[in-house]
Amino acid sequence: MFDFFFNLNPVIQGLIKGLAVILVIFPLAGACSLAERKVSAWMQGRPGPNRAIVPWFAYVPFLGRFLQRLGVFHLMADGAKFLFKEEPVPGHVNKLYFVLAPALAMMPAFTTVTVVPFGAYFDGAGHAIPLVLANVDVGLLAVFAVSSLGVYSLILAGWASNSKYPFLGSVRASAQLISYELSMTLSVVPVFLWINAPGTPGTMSLAKVVEFQSLPGFWGGTWFIFLMPLSAAIFLISLFAETNRQPFDMPESESDLVGGFHTEYGAFKWSLFFVAEYSHMLVGSGVFTLLFLGGWNPLPWLPLADFVAWLHSLGGAAFVVHPLFVGVLSIALFLGKVLVVIFFFMWVRWTVPRFRYDQVMKLGWQKLLPLAIANLIFYALAIAWVQTR
Amino acid sequence: MAIIPLERKPLSLAERTYLPAILSGLKTTFARLLRPIETMEYPEQRPAIPPGYRGVPTLVKDPNGREKCVSCQLCEFVCPPKAIRITPGEIPADAPTAQVEKAPQAFEIDMLRCIYCGLCQEVCPEEAIFLQNQYSMSGYTRAEMVNHKDRLYELGGTLPDPHLKWDKKKAAAEHGNTH
Amino acid sequence: MIAPAKPELVTVNIDGKEIAVPKGMNVIEAARQVGVDVPHYCYHPKLTIVGNCRMCLIEMGLPAVDPATKAPVMDPATGKQKINWIPRPQIGCATNASAGLHIRTQTPQVKDCREGVMEFLLINHPLDCPICDQAGECKLQEQSTGYGRGYSRFIEQKNVKPKRTLLGPRVMLDDERCILCSRCIRFSKEIAKDDVLGFIDRGSYSTLTCYPGKKLENNYSLNTVDICPVGALTSTDFRFKMRVWFLKQTNSIDPESSVGANTVAWSREGVIYRLTPRRNDEVNDTWMADSGRVLYKAVTAADRLTAVKVNGADSALDIAVHAAGELFKSAAGAVAIVGSGRSTVEEQFLTKKLATALSASTHLVSRVGQGDKILVSADRNPNVRGALVTGLIPALPTAQLAALGTAIDAGQVKTVVSVGEDLFAAGLNATQLAKVAVIYLGTHANATSGTAKVVLPTLTVFEKSGTFVNQQFRLQKFLKVVPGVSGATDDLVVLSKLVAATGGAAPSDLNPLWKALSAEVPALGTVTFANLPETGLLLDATPWAALSFVEGETLHFKPAAQAAVVTA
Repeated sequence: MFDFFFNLNPVIQGLIKGLAVILVIFPLAGACSLAERKVSAWMQGRPGPNRAIVPWFAYVPFLGRFLQRLGVFHLMADGAKFLFKEEPVPGHVNKLYFVLAPALAMMPAFTTVTVVPFGAYFDGAGHAIPLVLANVDVGLLAVFAVSSLGVYSLILAGWASNSKYPFLGSVRASAQLISYELSMTLSVVPVFLWINAPGTPGTMSLAKVVEFQSLPGFWGGTWFIFLMPLSAAIFLISLFAETNRQPFDMPESESDLVGGFHTEYGAFKWSLFFVAEYSHMLVGSGVFTLLFLGGWNPLPWLPLADFVAWLHSLGGAAFVVHPLFVGVLSIALFLGKVLVVIFFFMWVRWTVPRFRYDQVMKLGWQKLLPLAIANLIFYALAIAWVQTR
Repeated sequence: MAIIPLERKPLSLAERTYLPAILSGLKTTFARLLRPIETMEYPEQRPAIPPGYRGVPTLVKDPNGREKCVSCQLCEFVCPPKAIRITPGEIPADAPTAQVEKAPQAFEIDMLRCIYCGLCQEVCPEEAIFLQNQYSMSGYTRAEMVNHKDRLYELGGTLPDPHLKWDKKKAAAEHGNTH
Repeated sequence: MIAPAKPELVTVNIDGKEIAVPKGMNVIEAARQVGVDVPHYCYHPKLTIVGNCRMCLIEMGLPAVDPATKAPVMDPATGKQKINWIPRPQIGCATNASAGLHIRTQTPQVKDCREGVMEFLLINHPLDCPICDQAGECKLQEQSTGYGRGYSRFIEQKNVKPKRTLLGPRVMLDDERCILCSRCIRFSKEIAKDDVLGFIDRGSYSTLTCYPGKKLENNYSLNTVDICPVGALTSTDFRFKMRVWFLKQTNSIDPESSVGANTVAWSREGVIYRLTPRRNDEVNDTWMADSGRVLYKAVTAADRLTAVKVNGADSALDIAVHAAGELFKSAAGAVAIVGSGRSTVEEQFLTKKLATALSASTHLVSRVGQGDKILVSADRNPNVRGALVTGLIPALPTAQLAALGTAIDAGQVKTVVSVGEDLFAAGLNATQLAKVAVIYLGTHANATSGTAKVVLPTLTVFEKSGTFVNQQFRLQKFLKVVPGVSGATDDLVVLSKLVAATGGAAPSDLNPLWKALSAEVPALGTVTFANLPETGLLLDATPWAALSFVEGETLHFKPAAQAAVVTA
């Protein structure tokens, strides 16, 4: 069934994969922005966007009204608006870099998606085959390497805008991203120390991490969030900072920097920054899910394989063990977890006020970095002790 | 004024991580998320106007249909943003309300200037100007935002008048202590 | 003028304050000198005293003397002479100052009296304030705040009287509001010398009315409106036009004749609503003529000149001034200037400068009418004496510009500058004017402005500041009441630009101009515009004593003995 696809020219395969990424991430980012508006509205006792409706859709009983109240048509209206509204380019900007910056923002955001596994199915031997567009062994390293390129678009946007608020925003962005990348990287090292036993060939594959969380037994089935809560916390906090989410909203910081790095942007170019931010969030949440929340495993100590077997034992239907069903099930489980993490992002955003810039720097360098180092040393010693016993 | 220096209490370790505060904040916002919506969906739902509400200032007529304003210009005088502009005029001697003698020829309230303070209503010796229930006032041009006399009477309508002082005056002139 | 006899001063004691006042001065005036206000309605300083409103009741006492020995009776408690207080209150207006007179105005008894009088006055007074034009300057309102009771004990029907009686063409009477003070009756009889008003009926039926077959239509009728303490008499011109509390008061001068009655112009946002007299005991007391009260309408008249014109086409001021300069050059030595007795002293000074710079002959048009022996004199130019003082003209003007006409006929004059004078009306004919180029500075359109080569619109008396010299050689100033109409330029600016066009220089601002005036016009001495008193300054008239002015006798003015009383 999939052979047709795998028999295609690799170039065409790549194109199809890229298109798939765009077709999935764009709507997801849009849905996230709508969810953000709805969640913030509900938290503030408002109904949120609930007016827009496609004229003929209003006649569909119940569903039309329901979708209208949910505000999904606002999403479409916004998208159409961004596409068709006038694209202003201020006279004082450096045009090439100004136009380049939003495109540059999209690239790392989409590229990282390719190395994130989003599901798995079982081959005949019962081995879990991860669903990933590019199953590279450097996995997480690739994510870190590519996603940190995202800051270049911010710097470029700020610089090309030739205006002081965007410039300040981009300077903040670069400093902030460098600061938190350290703690972020250090916080995940214990995870890989744990899965790479001495003497075995080392891997940075994210699928491997999930595999480790699917092992039988108490220690094997434990999600890493329980095993290494401090690592998870540091990673999560750093993730907030890396994706420029509140309360680390320094580059944008509309209360003191007007709009930060995208002050001079409007229309579709601005929406690209917006989508890039949400896809960073999606990828970040995905990585967090894979590393600490057990990936596509439904519950701690309940790996996907056992879950499928249990489902099979319930009704005995043959389709439940079909790789396609398992794949879709795993994707749904994974996506569900990612969305929960994203909800957490929004929840924090509408709860915690923005930090002052010096507080951001202080937290990054003086609190999180020493903590991450101490965490690493502790787990290194602990793992050494466990594995040599 | 004395300055009272207050000692800031030192924060405990837990407080210094801010985590308890952030968690309680998360609890608060999540609790909000589940509560019913507080706001009103405005154009469809309208607020109930409480008594004594100060809406758009209007001119009123008495139950006999007489325009109550006599253009004494006290409201124009008292109006803090100078939103009111009156051109006084005389009621002709053969009019049914000739005993009132004076009525506004033109009466304009610039709603772009009006601050809804209600001083005009307060100062009016004839109880002719009232800030009533109308709270929504909009227009496409500046000129549209100036309420002229006709519009002011249209907005104001008729209010009961416990005094009818000018009717009494007319009655006195007809049956009273004349010579 | 004969100096008044030195009055005999007596010391009176008002509310414990001693003050020396001329003997016989009435108590209200004496109290005013120590800052004590005695409320009153019927009393007016320039009218006879009738004492019928009873508002000015005071307590009065005289030092006690022994009836037999005439020796002062001392009060052992204070060690001073004992005062015999009269037990019943007296009216202040009819009480004259005498030596040792003691007055008390703040005692409970006086207060009770005032409250009682107020209550009686208000019994039949309608509650018309919202529609009453007097509101805001009504004595009854003022005294009500001090002595009114705030509610009425009167439960009977109020009097009903006629509300809209036209006493004359300019005065409307509301009889209900009348408090029967009789000020208007006395004014008509004593000042206007036109005895037309009186009361009929008795008690609460008393009604002010004109005598049968007569009307209040003399030229001073509006003064009755001014002195009416309530809103009974109102001006038909000002009736229901504007509330007085909106109006800004600016000191002005009545320009209709050489009397120079002092006035106040009441304006709001650049619009004049009325003119009223301003008290000046040396000129007009507290009166002015009705004819002077409508002059403000000239400001917004339809025939105002509002466009600079050169050869009949609209132009700009500087272009027009340049054109005038060209006319001056082409007619060097053959320029005549017709100045105006309606110009201010400053403008006449600049006109003189212009004449000197052009070596032009100067002329003035005289306007002579019938003097009414009160406040309108025979000379209807307000400032002929200013032209004499500034040296614009050496002798009195004539009504017809005969000399100028002759000079034009002889070809000696090629260009005529007219400062607001209609040359046709002044006796030049169309043939003569066709021979000359006319430069016209003026406020309103007329035959001359229609034919002039250059028309420079200027300002009326109400739109500029300046000074006039009246028939007494009294220098009086008036201030700008409203901004000038669009398109017109201050006369001083125009004149100084014309002077500049001849190559000279003259200031156009009042302050530097007055420095030049003080330096170049000896009769003005050291006075400046800023320090000129509100009541005016009497100039030394001796250099012009030989001239026979046309004015006859008016209020506070007697013509010099040698002046022939001529009326044209």
